[in-house]
Amino acid sequence: MTNKFYNALFASGIAFILTCLMVGIKLDTEGTQLAIKGASAEQWTWIGLGIALVFLSQLFSDKIDAIFSKVPKPKLSNMLPKEQKMATLKPWLLALLIVGMLVWPFMVSRGSVDLATLALIYIMLGLGLNIVVGLAGLLDLGFVAFYAVGAYTYALLSQYFGMSFWACLPISAGLAALFGFILGFPVLRLRGDYLAIVTLGFGEIIRILLNNWTAVTGGPNGISGIDKPTLFGLEFSRRAKEEDTVLFHEFFGIDYSSSYKVIFLYLIAVILTIFVVYVINRLMRMPVGRAWEALREDEIACRSLGLNRTVIKLSAFTLGATTAGFAGAFFAARQGFISPESFIFIESAIILAIVVLGGMGSQVGVILAAIIMTILPELAREFSEYRMLLFGFLMVIMMRWRPQGLVPMKRPHLELNR
Amino acid sequence: MLRIENVNTHYGQIQALHDISLEVKQGEIVTLIGANGAGKTTLMMTICGDPQATSGTIEFDGEVISGLDTPSVMRKGLAIVPEGRRVFSGMTVEENLFMGSYFRSKAEAQETVKHVLELFPRLEERFDQRAGTMSGGEQQMLAIGRAMMSKPRMILLDEPSLGLAPIIIQQIFDIIEKLRDEGVTIFLVEQNANQALRIADRGYVLENGRVVLEDTGDALLVNDDVRKAYLGG
Ligand SMILES: Nc1ncnc2c1ncn2[C@@H]1O[C@H](COP(=O)(O)OP(=O)(O)OP(=O)(O)O)[C@@H](O)[C@H]1O
Ligand SMILES: [Mg+2]
Repeated sequence: MTNKFYNALFASGIAFILTCLMVGIKLDTEGTQLAIKGASAEQWTWIGLGIALVFLSQLFSDKIDAIFSKVPKPKLSNMLPKEQKMATLKPWLLALLIVGMLVWPFMVSRGSVDLATLALIYIMLGLGLNIVVGLAGLLDLGFVAFYAVGAYTYALLSQYFGMSFWACLPISAGLAALFGFILGFPVLRLRGDYLAIVTLGFGEIIRILLNNWTAVTGGPNGISGIDKPTLFGLEFSRRAKEEDTVLFHEFFGIDYSSSYKVIFLYLIAVILTIFVVYVINRLMRMPVGRAWEALREDEIACRSLGLNRTVIKLSAFTLGATTAGFAGAFFAARQGFISPESFIFIESAIILAIVVLGGMGSQVGVILAAIIMTILPELAREFSEYRMLLFGFLMVIMMRWRPQGLVPMKRPHLELNR
Repeated sequence: MLRIENVNTHYGQIQALHDISLEVKQGEIVTLIGANGAGKTTLMMTICGDPQATSGTIEFDGEVISGLDTPSVMRKGLAIVPEGRRVFSGMTVEENLFMGSYFRSKAEAQETVKHVLELFPRLEERFDQRAGTMSGGEQQMLAIGRAMMSKPRMILLDEPSLGLAPIIIQQIFDIIEKLRDEGVTIFLVEQNANQALRIADRGYVLENGRVVLEDTGDALLVNDDVRKAYLGG
C-alpha cells in the first residue's frame, strides 16, 4: 500500500510539473519585452483537479483495473464461424465484400466516397510498411519517402512528358523500389534503433530535397494540375483540354457530373488495393514470407540454414517501397496537386501507427486499422484541435486492451499431406 | 570429407584459433572436446565462414570453402545445429522444419520431413505447437531435425547436450549414431566428453585454441590427461 502511495505521489508530481510548465506559465509579449504570466484562478482549479485525478487513479489502480477487466472484451475468434466452415464460406464472403465495395459508391455521398478513397490509400501504405516492420521486423521511420518518390515520379512525368497515369504507375512503383533498394544496401547492416534513425533521416532528406530543388519540383509550391487517370482514354473533366480528347460523359451521352470522377478514382483505388492485398498475401505464403519472419526471430539461425540475410532484408525493404510508390502515384493522381507538405514525418508516424494498431504482420488488422485511422479524424472534425490528443488516447487504450493489435497475426497455415 | 589445414582465426586483435588442422572422413563421427572458451564454437563458425579464417584452408568434399560467405558454404551440403538451439520460437514446429528445406523443392521437403518425423516421433506429436513453448530437449530435437531438412551430407553439432537431462542426452546421442548409420558424416562439439567419446570414431582435444591431442574415441576415453581434465579423474 505504501508502495502504491509513493507511486501515486510520484505520478501526480510529474503531472504537476508538466502541466505547470505547459499550461500554468505563459509567455506574453508586452511591447518589446517578454512577460511571464501565471494561469488564471479557473485554470489553476482545473490543473488541481487533473492532478487529483492522476493521484487517485494511481492510488486505486488495482481496483480500476479490476473494474475494467470485468468489461467484456470483444472476442473476435468467437464471432467468426468455425475454421472448416470458414474455409467454405471464405470465397463467398470475399466475393460479397468485393461486390459490395464496387456497388457501394453509387449509393452514398461524394464526400464518403472520397474518404473511402483516402482510406484505401492508407491501406496500401499500411500493407507496404507491414512487410517491412510487421514481418521483417525492420523499424522504418521514413516510409513516407517512398510514397513521395512515387507521387513525384508520376507528377513530374505527367507534367514534363505528358505521360498517362497508367503508364506511370509501374514506373513510379519501380522507381520507389529502386530507391528502397539503393537505400537498403548500406542501411540494412544496421539494426533496431540505428536503422530507425537512418530511415528517419532518409525521409527528411527526400522531403527537403523536394522542397529545395525548385527548378524541377517547384519547391514548396508543389506541382499542380496533375492529370487524372483516364478510362481507356476517356477523360472525366467537364470540358476537353485539347481538341481530340474524348470525354466520358460525351462518349456515353450522359450529363456531366463531378461525382463520376470521384467514383472512378475510388474504383481505381479498390482495384489497386485488391491487387496489392493479393500480391502481398501470396508473398506471405511463399517461402520468402517465412524467411522474413524467420529473420526477425533469429538471424543466426537463418544464416545457419544458408539464408542470405541481406537478400531477404533487401527484398522486404524493396517490396515495401514498391507498394508505397504505387500508393504515391495514385495519391498524386487523385489529389491533382502535391507538395512536400504532404510527405512530412507525421505521415510516416501515422502509417506506422496503422501497422502497430492493426497488429504487426496481420493483413486484416492493418486494413481495419487503416480504415479507423482515416475515418476517425474525419468524424471528429469538430475537435480537430484535439486530433493528436485523440490519437494518443486511442494508442493508450489499445495498449491497455489489445496489446497485440486489433487482429493479431495468425500465420497462414499450410496443411501438408503426411 | 572435411579437411582443415593450419587455420588461424582472429576476433579483432585476439587470436582464437592457432594453426588448427584436423580431418573428418566420410561416414565418421568425429568429436571435438575442450573446456569453456577453448575455441570450439569458433572453429565451427569458422567452417561456416563467419568469422572468416585469417589464414589456412578449409576443404569440404575436395572443394576449398574457406573464403566463401556463409550462405554459399551452407548450401554445399553442410548443415549446422548452432550452439543454444536457436529455433524460431514464434513459428510452429512444422514451419521451423520447412525453413530448413528453404532451397529444396516442396516434394523433396515432404519426403525428408517424413523421415525426420520418424526419427523424432515427439516432433510429430507437437507438429503445430510453437517452438518457443517446447521443452529444451524438444527444441534440440527440432534444431537437429531442421538441420536435416536440407539433406546434408555432413552435420556439425555444437553442444547438442547443453542443459538437457541425462536421459534426453542419451536419446540425442542415439539419434546421432543413427544418422551416422544412414551415411551422414558428423562433427560433434561436446562438453559432455564421456558420452561424446563413446560414440565417436575419433576425437580431438582443443585447449586455448590449439589442438593438443588427437586419437580414436576409445583411446581418448582411457587417456590419463583427458580423464583428468574432462572426465573427472
Ligand atoms: N564474437 C567474439 N568476439 C570476440 N571474442 C570472441 C567472440 N566469440 C568468441 N570469442 C572468444 O573466443 C574464445 C573462444 O570462444 P568459443 O565460443 O569458441 O569457446 P567454446 O570452446 O565454444 O566455449 P563453450 O564451451 O563455453 O561454448 C573465447 O575466449 C571467447 O571469449
Ligand atoms: Mg561454444
